[in-house]
Amino acid sequence: MSIFRSLIRKEVLHLLRDPRTVTVVLVMPVVLLLLFGFAISTEVNGVRLLAVVGQHTDETHRLLERFRSNPCFTLEGIVAPHEADDLLRQGKADAVLVLRTDGGQLTHQVITDASNTNLAQTATAYIESVASGESSSPIVLHTLYNPQLKSAYQFVPGIMGMIFILICSMMTSVSIVSERESSTMDLLLVSPVRPRTIILGKLVPYFLLSCLLLGLMLTLSYTVLGLPFSPSALHVVWLSLLYIILALGLGMLVSTLVSTQVAALLVSGMLFMVPVIMLSGMIFPVENMPVALQGVSCLIPARWYISALRVLMIQQLPVRHILPQTAVLALMTLVVLTLAAKKFNLRK
Amino acid sequence: MKTSENVISVRHLTKRFGDFTAVDDLSLDVRKGEIFGFLGANGAGKTTAMRMLCGLSRPTSGSGTVAGFDIVRQPEDIKRHIGYMSQKFSLYGQLTVRENLTLFATIYGMPASDIRRKADEACRALGMDGVRDRPVRDLPLGWKQRLAFTAATLHTPDIVFLDEPTGGVDPATRRKFWEMIYRASSEGMTLFVTTHYLDEAEYCHRVSIMVDGRIRALDSPAGLKQQFRAATMDEVFRIVAQDARRT
Amino acid sequence: MNSLIDIRGLTKDYGRTTALREVTFSVPEGSIFGLIGPDGAGKTTLYRILATLLTPDRGTATVAGLDVAREFRQLRTLIGYMPERFSLYPDLTVDENLHFFASLFGVKVRDHFDLIAPIFSQLARFPNRRAGALSGGMKQKLALSCALIHRPRILLLDEPTTGVDAVSRSEFWGMLATLREKGITILVSTSYMDEAARCDRIALLHRGRILGIDTPTRLTARLGDPLYAASAGEMYPLLLALRGMPDVKDCYTFGATLHVVADEGFDPDGTETALRRQGLADVRIRPVEATIEDLFIKLAQHED
Repeated sequence: MSIFRSLIRKEVLHLLRDPRTVTVVLVMPVVLLLLFGFAISTEVNGVRLLAVVGQHTDETHRLLERFRSNPCFTLEGIVAPHEADDLLRQGKADAVLVLRTDGGQLTHQVITDASNTNLAQTATAYIESVASGESSSPIVLHTLYNPQLKSAYQFVPGIMGMIFILICSMMTSVSIVSERESSTMDLLLVSPVRPRTIILGKLVPYFLLSCLLLGLMLTLSYTVLGLPFSPSALHVVWLSLLYIILALGLGMLVSTLVSTQVAALLVSGMLFMVPVIMLSGMIFPVENMPVALQGVSCLIPARWYISALRVLMIQQLPVRHILPQTAVLALMTLVVLTLAAKKFNLRK
Repeated sequence: MKTSENVISVRHLTKRFGDFTAVDDLSLDVRKGEIFGFLGANGAGKTTAMRMLCGLSRPTSGSGTVAGFDIVRQPEDIKRHIGYMSQKFSLYGQLTVRENLTLFATIYGMPASDIRRKADEACRALGMDGVRDRPVRDLPLGWKQRLAFTAATLHTPDIVFLDEPTGGVDPATRRKFWEMIYRASSEGMTLFVTTHYLDEAEYCHRVSIMVDGRIRALDSPAGLKQQFRAATMDEVFRIVAQDARRT
Repeated sequence: MNSLIDIRGLTKDYGRTTALREVTFSVPEGSIFGLIGPDGAGKTTLYRILATLLTPDRGTATVAGLDVAREFRQLRTLIGYMPERFSLYPDLTVDENLHFFASLFGVKVRDHFDLIAPIFSQLARFPNRRAGALSGGMKQKLALSCALIHRPRILLLDEPTTGVDAVSRSEFWGMLATLREKGITILVSTSYMDEAARCDRIALLHRGRILGIDTPTRLTARLGDPLYAASAGEMYPLLLALRGMPDVKDCYTFGATLHVVADEGFDPDGTETALRRQGLADVRIRPVEATIEDLFIKLAQHED
C-alpha cells in the first residue's frame, strides 16, 4: 500500500510542478462549454428580408404584415427586382421574397444568400413556413425536448464526449511515454513493484483529476448553461466515470504503441479527436451518414456516450433508455483495459 | 604573431544569466589552421562560450571577431563562415548521404552550381560512393560522424566548431575521424574542438582548460605537461579541474 | 571465487540486426567486471536482459543462481540498475527522487544510508534542488545513490561515465572500488578504453560478439606484435610516412604520439634515420607497452 501511495504522490508532484498543463486541462473544457453554449449559435434570428412585390393586393399586404410581426425577420423594405439582386450581392440582405399574382393566384419565390449555408437553409424553411401559412393550412411545428431550440446546453454531451477522450488519453499516454523516454519506466519495471500497481499508480491520479474536471463541467452545465436539473444527473455521473476509465485505458493502449511523447500527442489527438468530431454525432447526426460510416461510428466510444448523455440530459428520459449504450461502453472498457494491461506487461 | 592570422580573437567575453556568470572574462586568440582543444569540466561554461563564438548567443559584455566578423554586430556573417558539428545534432536520418550534403551546402549558402560537384567529390573522398543514395540512418555510427564532418565543412568555412564529435565511437573510428581533422588543418582550416577524451587533447596544437567560467590553463599539450609537471594531458586536466566549485 | 552472473550462449536479434551473438562469460562475486565496447556493440541489450527487461532469443543467463527469464521476480530485489542515461525524475527534487526509489523497494532511505553516504555527501548540500537542474556529475551520483538505496548484491551500470568529465569519471571509479570493498558485485560498461584498467576483469564487446575476456593486463599481453610510440615535430606527415614504411603493420594516433604495430623485423633506429632523410624533424621511436585500446583496434580490425 505504501508503494502505491508513493507512486500516486510522485504523479501528483509531477502535476503540481507543471501548473501550465493542469491549467490547460481544466480551463480548456470550460472555455469550450461557454463558447458553444453562448457565443456560437446555430439559431437564426433577425433574418434581413427584402420583398419584391409584382402587384400589391390585400393578400400581399397581409403576408408582409406577418413577416413584419415575426421576431425572426427584419423586413428591410419593398424594392424593385434589380435592386433586390444588388442588395443581396452587397450583403445588405439575407433573403428576398418575390411575390407575384398570376391570374388571381399568389405565388412566391425565395432567393437567399447561400454563402452561409446554415443560415440560408434555416431562413428558407422559416420563410416557407410563414408564407405557406397563407395559402394552405398552417403547419404546426412542435419541437420536443429542446422546445425553444435554445442551443446553450445542447452541445454539452458532445463537448463532454470529446473532452474526456482527448484529455484522459493524452495525459496518460504522454505521462507513460515520457517515463519510457527517460528510462525511468525501466527502473519501475525492474523494481519488485508489480506492473499492475505501476499501471494503477499512473491511472488513479489522472482519474481523480478527470473527476475534478467532470464536477466542474457538470456544475457549469447545470448552473450557467441552464441545463434542467433532475435525478438523471446521478446517472450522468456514473456513466461519465465509466467513460473516463475507458479513455484512460485508451491512453495506456496508445502509450504501448508509440515511443515518443510527440507521437503520443499526435496519435491521441488525431486518432481520437477527428473521429469524435466527425463521426460521433457531436456535430453531424449519425443517422444522416452513409451506412458504412455509421458502421465505423459504432466503434467510437464517444458516439455511445454522447447519445446516452443526450437521452439523460436533453430528453430527460429514465435510465433504462441508456442501457444499450452503457452495455457497449462497458464492453469497450473491458476490452481496452485487458489489451492495454497485456501489452504493457510484455517483456520482449 | 600577426593579428590578421587570428581567425578567432575575443577579449573579455562575459555571459551572465541572471546573477549566474556562465562565462567570465574570456580572452582568446586562435590562429588560422590551428587545431584548438577547448576542454573543461561539466558545467564549466564551454557550451555557452562556444555559442557566443558561433554567433548564436550575444555576450553580456566584451568584444571580438570570429572569421573577421564582429561577434556582437555581425553574428549572421559569422554563421555563414563557420561550420558546426555536434554529436547530438548532425544529420537527417531519413535523407540520403547526398541529400544531406546538398542540404547543408544550401543552408550554408554555397552557390548551386558548386553543390552537386562538391557533393559528388565528397562522397568519393569519403569512400561512400556506393551508399550515396542510402538513407543516413542505415549507416554505421562512425560513417555518420565522418559524413557529418564533411557536411559541416563542404562550404570550406574558415573555422569548424566540433562539439564532442567522437563520443561513443570505437577507437579505430575515432582515429579515422581525427585524421580527417588533421587533413583539414593541413589545408588551412581552423578546428575548434571540445572533447572528454583526454588523449584527443594531445592531438591538438593548443589546448585551453576552462574551470568555473574562466580559462585556467592555455598552452600546447607539451607546454601544459611541463607547466604542471604531468606525464599526460589526463593528469594536467585533473590538476587544473580538481578545485572546480561549480557542480 | 563463486560467479554471481553466469551467461551462456546469449543471443538476441532485432529483426535482421543481431544485437548479441553467442555471448558467454561469468562475473566473480565481489569483483568489478567491465564490458568494453563502442556504441552499438550490444552492451545495452545485454544489460536489459540481465535487468529482466528483455528475454533472450537463445542462451541462458543466471544472476545469483536465478534465471533472468523465469525467476525475474525474486531477482529484482537483488539488482541495482542504472540505465544508459541518468534516469531520474527531472521535476522532482534530489530528496524526492531518493525517497521515491527507496519506496519502490519497500525500504526507507535511512535503512541503507551508510552505503550511499560517501556518494551522497556532495548532494546532501542541496536536497531541494530539482534533479533536472543538477550538473552531469551530480546527476550521475544521484542516479547511483538511487540504484543503491535498497542495498543490491549486484550493480548493473550501463555507461555510467558517458558525457562526464575526466575528474568526475575518476572520482566515480573510486566510488565503485569502495562499493566492491562492501561486497557488491559490479558489472559496468564503458566506451572509454582507458577505464578498462580499473576493472578486475573485462570483456571486449564488438558488434554483439566477445573479442576477448581476461584481466586487463593479461589481455593486453595478447597483442603479440611489437609496439612502438613515434613522435615528430609534424605529426600528420609522420603518420603518412610511417604507413609507407616496411614492416609497419598499422600506424595510428595515440595521445601525443603515434602507435606503430610492427613486424618482428622492424628496425626503429633505421626507420628514424629514414624518416629524417624524408625531411621530418625531431623523430623519435621507442618501444611501449600495449593498452586495451591497442588490442581493441587490432581485434576489431580482425573482425572486419
